[in-house]
Amino acid sequence: MKLQLNGAPLNSDAATLQDLLEQQDLANAKVATAVNGTFVPAGLRKSHVLNDGDSVEILAPMQGG
Amino acid sequence: MRDFYGTTLPNGFMLGTAQYPSPAILADAFERSGASVATVSLRRESGHDKAGQDFWKLIQDLGVHILPNTAGCHSVKEAVTTAHMAREVFDTKWIKLEVIGEEDTLQPDVFGLVEAARILTEDGFQVFPYTTEDLVVADKLLSAGCQVLMPWGAPIGSGLGLNNLFGLRAMRAHFPEIPLVIDAGLGLPSQAAQAMELGFDAVLLNTAVANAGDPALMAQAFALAIKAGQEAALADPMEPRDMAAPSTPVIGKAFLE
Repeated sequence: MKLQLNGAPLNSDAATLQDLLEQQDLANAKVATAVNGTFVPAGLRKSHVLNDGDSVEILAPMQGG
Repeated sequence: MRDFYGTTLPNGFMLGTAQYPSPAILADAFERSGASVATVSLRRESGHDKAGQDFWKLIQDLGVHILPNTAGCHSVKEAVTTAHMAREVFDTKWIKLEVIGEEDTLQPDVFGLVEAARILTEDGFQVFPYTTEDLVVADKLLSAGCQVLMPWGAPIGSGLGLNNLFGLRAMRAHFPEIPLVIDAGLGLPSQAAQAMELGFDAVLLNTAVANAGDPALMAQAFALAIKAGQEAALADPMEPRDMAAPSTPVIGKAFLE
C-alpha cells in the first residue's frame, strides 16, 4: 500500500493508523495525527483503517512564536 | 492583571519559543524573562530524530502556561484541524489562532479568522485571535465568542514596533473591558513599554528576544520595560500639551533685572 507520510511517499503494510505509528516508533510519543486533512484523535487510531493513497500527518510539539 | 479566560497571569509577558540559538539559551531567556506564557507550535515528527519529544520535555520544565499557535495556516480548515491537533498534544483549550492572508506582511485573513474563531469557540476552545486593529473585525471576533483580542503591532518578525498608534489607542478605548495583547512586530523593549503605557494587558513577542545577540539579557530588558509600562499606565499619565508650562513655581521668584 502506498501512503504519503508527512509529505513523503511510503510503502507500508500498516492496517490501521496505530499500526503505522508503531512501525514509525511513535506509538508512545507526544504526537497528534491527521489523515487526508482530518484530525484523528488518539482514541480512534486503532480503529482508523488506512487505505491506499492516504495522506497521513504525524505532528509533534515544536518551537513557535 | 487582566483575566485571560479565567486565568490571571502574574505579568504581561508572553514569549515565543522559536529561533533561539540553542535549547539552553531558550531556557535561560525564559528564566530571565519571567514570562508567564510560552507560545509553541506543531510540526511534522520523524521517527528517527524525535526532535519534538525533546522540545516537549524542555517546555514542560519551563513551568509556564502553554499557548499553541496555528502559525502558517492559510485556510479555515487548516487552522481548525491544527487547533484540534494542538489541543490533544498540549492538553489545553487555549489556541493562538492565526489564519494568514498575505505572504509579504503575514497579515491575517480576518474573514477566515472570524469564521475559524466561531467554529473553535463552539467546540470549546478559548481563542486568542491574531488580528489587526480593525474595530469592526474586533467586534465580529467578540461576537464569535473570543474573550481576548491580539492585534498586531507591526508585521511578524519586522521589529517595527507599533505601526498604528491611533488605531491601537482607539481599540483600547473602544473595548475597555476586553483583554488586549499586542502580538507581533515588537523589536525593542521601549516599544513594549509603549504598548503597556497605552493600556494593553500584555505583549507577545519572539524574534526580538531570540534574534538578539544576547537573548537572555534582551528577555530581561523586555521584562523590565513591560513592568515599567504597566505601572505607568496604572499611575494615570499626564495629558501631553502643545505649550510649555513651568514646573518650578513662578510665585516667589526674585526680581533680579
